[in-house]
Amino acid sequence: MHRENIGLRFDWITIILFLILVGFGWLNIMSASHMGDITNYFDMDQPYGKQLMFIMMTLALIVIILSIEAKFYERFASVIYLVSLISLAGLFVFGKNVNGATSWYGIGGMTLQPSEFAKFATSLAVAKHISDLQTNLKFLKDQLKTIAIIFIPALLILLQNDAGSTIVYASFFFVFYREGIQQIYLIIGVIIMLLSVLSLKFGVLPTSLFSALVILGLYFYKRKKQASILMPLTILALCIGFSFAVRNFYDHVLKPHQKDRISLWLRLEKDPDKLEQMKRTILYNLNESEKAISSGGLTGKGFLQGTRTTGKFVPEQHTDYIFSTVGEEWGFAGTTMVVVLFVALILRILYLAESQKSQFSRVYGYCVASILFVHFTINTGMVMGLIPTVGIPLPFFSYGGSGLWGFTILLFIFIKLDSNKINEW
Amino acid sequence: MRKLLLFSTVLLVGIIFIARLFYLQIYNQTAYNLFEDNAIRKVYDYPKRGYVYDRNGILLVANQPSYDVMVIPREVEPLDTLEFCELLKITKEDFTRLYDKAYHYSPRLPSVFVPQLSKKDYAILQEKMRKFEGFYIQKRSLRDYQTSIGANVLGDIGEVNNAIIAKQPYYKMGDLIGKQGVEISYEEELRGVKGIKFIQKDRFNRNIGPYKDGIYDTLPQPGKDITITIDSKLQEYGELLMKHKRGGIIAIEPSSGEILTMISSPTYNPNLLVGRNRSKNFTKLYLDTLAKPLYDRGLQAMYPPGSPFKVINALIGLQEGVVTPRDRFTCNHGYSYGNRKMGCHGHSGISDMDIGIYKSCNSYFANVYRRIIDKYETPAQGMDVWSNHVKSFGLGDYLGYDLRIGQPGKIPDASTYDRAYGKKRWYTTFTLSNAIGQGEVLTTPIQLANMAAAIGNRGYFYTPHIIKKIENDTIDSKYLTLHNTTIDKVHFEPVIQGMFDVYNKGTAQTLQVPGIEICGKTGTAENFTKIDGVKTQLTDHSIFVAFAPKDDPKIAIAVFVENGYWGSRFAGRIASLMIEKYLKGTISRTDMENWILTHSLENEYSKPYSGKPFQINGHTTLQVIENYRDKPDSNNDITIPQTWNP
Repeated sequence: MHRENIGLRFDWITIILFLILVGFGWLNIMSASHMGDITNYFDMDQPYGKQLMFIMMTLALIVIILSIEAKFYERFASVIYLVSLISLAGLFVFGKNVNGATSWYGIGGMTLQPSEFAKFATSLAVAKHISDLQTNLKFLKDQLKTIAIIFIPALLILLQNDAGSTIVYASFFFVFYREGIQQIYLIIGVIIMLLSVLSLKFGVLPTSLFSALVILGLYFYKRKKQASILMPLTILALCIGFSFAVRNFYDHVLKPHQKDRISLWLRLEKDPDKLEQMKRTILYNLNESEKAISSGGLTGKGFLQGTRTTGKFVPEQHTDYIFSTVGEEWGFAGTTMVVVLFVALILRILYLAESQKSQFSRVYGYCVASILFVHFTINTGMVMGLIPTVGIPLPFFSYGGSGLWGFTILLFIFIKLDSNKINEW
Repeated sequence: MRKLLLFSTVLLVGIIFIARLFYLQIYNQTAYNLFEDNAIRKVYDYPKRGYVYDRNGILLVANQPSYDVMVIPREVEPLDTLEFCELLKITKEDFTRLYDKAYHYSPRLPSVFVPQLSKKDYAILQEKMRKFEGFYIQKRSLRDYQTSIGANVLGDIGEVNNAIIAKQPYYKMGDLIGKQGVEISYEEELRGVKGIKFIQKDRFNRNIGPYKDGIYDTLPQPGKDITITIDSKLQEYGELLMKHKRGGIIAIEPSSGEILTMISSPTYNPNLLVGRNRSKNFTKLYLDTLAKPLYDRGLQAMYPPGSPFKVINALIGLQEGVVTPRDRFTCNHGYSYGNRKMGCHGHSGISDMDIGIYKSCNSYFANVYRRIIDKYETPAQGMDVWSNHVKSFGLGDYLGYDLRIGQPGKIPDASTYDRAYGKKRWYTTFTLSNAIGQGEVLTTPIQLANMAAAIGNRGYFYTPHIIKKIENDTIDSKYLTLHNTTIDKVHFEPVIQGMFDVYNKGTAQTLQVPGIEICGKTGTAENFTKIDGVKTQLTDHSIFVAFAPKDDPKIAIAVFVENGYWGSRFAGRIASLMIEKYLKGTISRTDMENWILTHSLENEYSKPYSGKPFQINGHTTLQVIENYRDKPDSNNDITIPQTWNP
């Protein structure tokens, strides 16, 4: 084998997209977090200084990831996964509580969030399992096994009170679908989402009536001879049961702040007092974020010139709400560019994934694309008021070392795998 | 197919997001405006408001600082409340109440704790202020009137209201703006331009620092001082003479149109409308609906002028060539036309123009007036010619002076009667009252004063105005533009001679001032009011119009005294005194001055509202004030008439 020109085998388009996002992200973190004049970019007392250090460490990390033999990741997938699970479980003993979630290890002055690393570990495990010759996703047994791989870290994270990060694990559905689970799962998935929204918005009874109308209508319209009515009735019963379940889950299981987010999104709250109270808490963030984005106009107010950003009007702006800084200071031009960059990155990864010869690489690539996509959609969707508030970061953009490293490892393992595809057969 | 699900979902989400961003940032977006950005605090720096001087350089209006004690409740540290209350002259209960009120408004924003401290209290408090965290003193500027006169001219300032803010974005809540008088007429010159500082704030409303290092900040431009045409000595004297009477005096310098005095009685001390008590006092003045101290009688009172108007008809008659000064008309205690008669007061015989004017003969002017109108084929044509002549004296429309209030008066023309009777369905005799300044003719005192100025000038006038000088600026050129009347200069002499003879041997014979050749004309106007819905005639208004000296007039004056009865009784005396005061600076006719100062019309004014039957004109007795000189100056209080019943 040639060992020269190894650099050419890395997908430089992906790497450049990554670098632009990280660089632009850092500029916005600087804008959102600076207090007064910026004298030292490495000021470790400021988020932008710390983030710059994280970025430097990331570059070192990339070199390490890319120099490890590609086969290592497949071979040690299970080990990495297990280490990740242990680190998650260890949080119950050694974890540090921040904002109600026990998701951090405190090491010296730094904190590490193992859930950010669990994403790539789980992806490796999923890829390893699906690409196993003995696994066939058409079979329920293999489906259950795969789901278990995802379910364990998801549950651990949920128990640590980090519901936002748990939701990310739903992204693996795209992977399963690509790898051949039955169509019916997609249909069920869509129906579940539809029923949930309908039940919450309009109540159980209207949802039941609506389901009955659709199901029985379809049954009588497409009726084949001797088709039993039992089947549609069962489906209807399940739908109604599910509707009840959703309602009860919302009323009795969800925590008040989670309920508020959903009720706000679906505009369920009619009580003016309660709305007033929301305006000062959860709706406040959203309003400020939308106002900041809106005030940017076409070209924005300019770097470091955003009045609402400088005034720290948007809470958590350098972390989860970083996109609103882009909106205010760079305007529609900047936000569109970020959206296009993310879409391009995800599509590029998908394209590369499809071109892999080994199934392991392809599945892993799909996992990377799905996770990035779900993060991007939920985060920006939330900041611009399209999706209920869920506290997850914008990949490569938001402030935070664990998040940056987690996403970098996730992405660059795939770049390494991709660079190795000519060695596959 | 399975490959496409995520692929298409990603694309779809990308499109939806860009659409949403387009909606937020482009579609649903007005241009960014720094002033509307609530992340930026706008701090205004108010310039000094311009001073107002009288024509002789006497300072009339200045500014005085006023000190408000402000509080930001969150920043208040434990303090020696007892000492603090003592300094502010409030009780402990007041302190608690005020603090709670401020806290309730906002813990983070400043509120006024105690408004408008006196200078003395401020001086004491200032030294100890640093001991009281969370409290500070804010300086504001209020008007300081150096005089107690001229409230109607000087006007006042007050806080802007929402209607003003909506129309003029320069003003922000809490800004002060001229409300009356020259304060409103010359608001822009007096106020200057306020400076502004843009300050970046954070979400807790705290200041972080100047926005963009202050590149948009501006410095205040100080207001300009103005000099007004008022002679404050004369104004003061006029207000003194008008005490216990209602009415107005306007005096104009004919050679320039400058308003020398502008008196409306009753008036009030302008200092009443400054500071803490402005609103209370304004309401009191406003609610006095009988004496109406806020109603400027010099500018707004619109009445039939009566006899002074006759001289205009004489001038038109001469100009139209229908009469010569020598033409004579007989008066048989009136003028008969058809089966009606216009009465005339007790003189007899034959009048030429001179006698007609100084004896104020109704018949004489009825004849002249008929000749003017009947010179033309139809009364309508004649009427229009007559009307144009009259209007050239500035009558019948707003004069265009630089004060915001006024009335147009009324001068009829053919269309007036066409509307009333129908086209070609009226004759000259229908309009005969115009001959003697009654009927459809209405004027305001300032119009009459201007008319006197135009006669004194022998045929021209300058638009009356109150502004004399603006610091580093020029006054509006329209006040320097000469307006010609339609009457040729030669026709004025016989008329002016007639007006001079009013003083020599006519209705103002007793009002002569030694050493000054005054030309004048008395007037008496019938008037009516509605009492409980019934039209009731009241004692006539006393009117007088004059200018002096005869050949080179320095002052033209119109005096109007409500219910003063005949012209020379109140208005004539006051006009003569004013002229002497202005031209000589001293009064030689102290007998006349004494008479005016000791005679009040208050009983005349309260009579109609007493509920008892009353008589008017000759059947009344005058109220005499004894020892008026010993009485304290009541100008500093608001005098509410006895009959005033809230």
